[in-house]
Amino acid sequence: MQRPNRVDSDRGPSVSLRLRDTSLGWDNSELVRNLSFDVPAGTWTCLLGESGVGKSTLLRTIAGLIEPRATTQVLADDGAPVAGRVAFMAQQDLLLPWLSAADNVALGARLRGERTDAARVRDLLERTGIAARGDARPGKLSGGERQRVALARTLMEDRPIVLMDEPFSALDAITRVELQALAFELLAGRTVVMVTHDPFEALRLATGVHVLSPGDNGSHIAMVPPGNPLRDPTDPSLRDSYRQIMEALGKRGMTGSPASAAA
Amino acid sequence: MSKVAKPLAVFVGLLVIWHMAVSVFDIAPFILPGPLAVIEVAISRADILLGHAAVTFMEILLGLVFGTMLGSASALFMAYFRQARSWLLPVLVVSQAVPVFALAPVLVLWFGYGMAPKVAMATLIIYFPVTAAFYDGLRRTEPGWIDLARTLGASKAAILRQIRLPAALPAFASGLRVAAAVAPIGAVVGEWVGSSAGLGYYMLLMNGRVQTAAMFAALFILAIMAVAIYFAIDAALRRLVAWQPEADPAAFT
Repeated sequence: MQRPNRVDSDRGPSVSLRLRDTSLGWDNSELVRNLSFDVPAGTWTCLLGESGVGKSTLLRTIAGLIEPRATTQVLADDGAPVAGRVAFMAQQDLLLPWLSAADNVALGARLRGERTDAARVRDLLERTGIAARGDARPGKLSGGERQRVALARTLMEDRPIVLMDEPFSALDAITRVELQALAFELLAGRTVVMVTHDPFEALRLATGVHVLSPGDNGSHIAMVPPGNPLRDPTDPSLRDSYRQIMEALGKRGMTGSPASAAA
Repeated sequence: MSKVAKPLAVFVGLLVIWHMAVSVFDIAPFILPGPLAVIEVAISRADILLGHAAVTFMEILLGLVFGTMLGSASALFMAYFRQARSWLLPVLVVSQAVPVFALAPVLVLWFGYGMAPKVAMATLIIYFPVTAAFYDGLRRTEPGWIDLARTLGASKAAILRQIRLPAALPAFASGLRVAAAVAPIGAVVGEWVGSSAGLGYYMLLMNGRVQTAAMFAALFILAIMAVAIYFAIDAALRRLVAWQPEADPAAFT
């Protein structure tokens, strides 16, 4: 699909991230220690792991929303600070119910007291496929439409790093697949870190997959599924990757293959 | 239509029962006058009653304005300055342990017999529900919104003004509805303690002269006024938070 490219023109080069000696956990208990891995520039990196292991905390740390614990280092390859260059997209769309869809897309400028680039808002609403709903309040939008607005809001900021916390998990299966493809297309060239619970989603979108487990860096499993995203997660060549993820997640003899799980 | 008709039918039914009870049990008019006698007095003394009603109405209105302003300012202040909260909140709660009615004589002593002590009473009574509800709303902002705003580079003031404040409006509206319902109490109690005008004053005066029907007439005008104020404020608040999904437990009409 040919679309005007002017939205992405001023973003600058992609940024890769390095996480070093990251520790995750609550006040006095550390679940994950010395976690280190790289997030390559301009690709999707997916984080999986059991609930409560600290995936969301990791995203919040990268975003600079919480103080990094102890030795944690989040570094960008160009040496500039990471915080301030990230856009954040969560499981809840986080649309403000009192603003129209278009005003929600322009939220960043509104909050910073800047002038809203109305043409850019229109362009993004069009590219996310909700141009007709720009004046509607979030309460009048479907779950899929709301997440499209959230995606447009994320793109509006034009940040090189995009952090996503299960952005598609609340959607029905068809809408989810549509939005995965749309997000993948529109976020091309950006460095994306996405937390997900869905191995298929990771296999579809990710260049690198990391399964976090409690303990030292050694118990975290990194893999690079074969082929290039956007993959078809039911492709037989992904069977081994799927099994690897499920084993890393389950660790108690959980079995299954894409074929049987997809059936 | 039936939304209005049903409560109206109940009201008329109650008037009929009242009328029948008075005539069947032959109750003395100075104990309980019949509804017709009350209506008769209300019409014959309409100018006097409306004059007193205007005074009470102004007291309630000014109390609502001042109480809402003070309450909102306190809530915003505590929400913005976290340190202020631990100083102010306990004082606020303890202050509510003092019955506002007990303060009425003091307020009359300080502000005289005019409108001021009644406005002060109404303000005091309105202040707490507005402050408590609004502050609660400001404190309970969806944490995801604040995270999002921070990644968007919003200042603390911008987050308060553009996210926490609008998000707290439904809670503020609940507080103001409670305030609107109790505001007339403050004004009337103030009038009872010491005044020369207002429906509360007139009721007390008629009570002393055993003109019970006139007292009831004043009471009904007060009730109608209180209900009108409540619904006017409710309608305004509905417009203010029109974006809120329709599932309003406060809606009983």
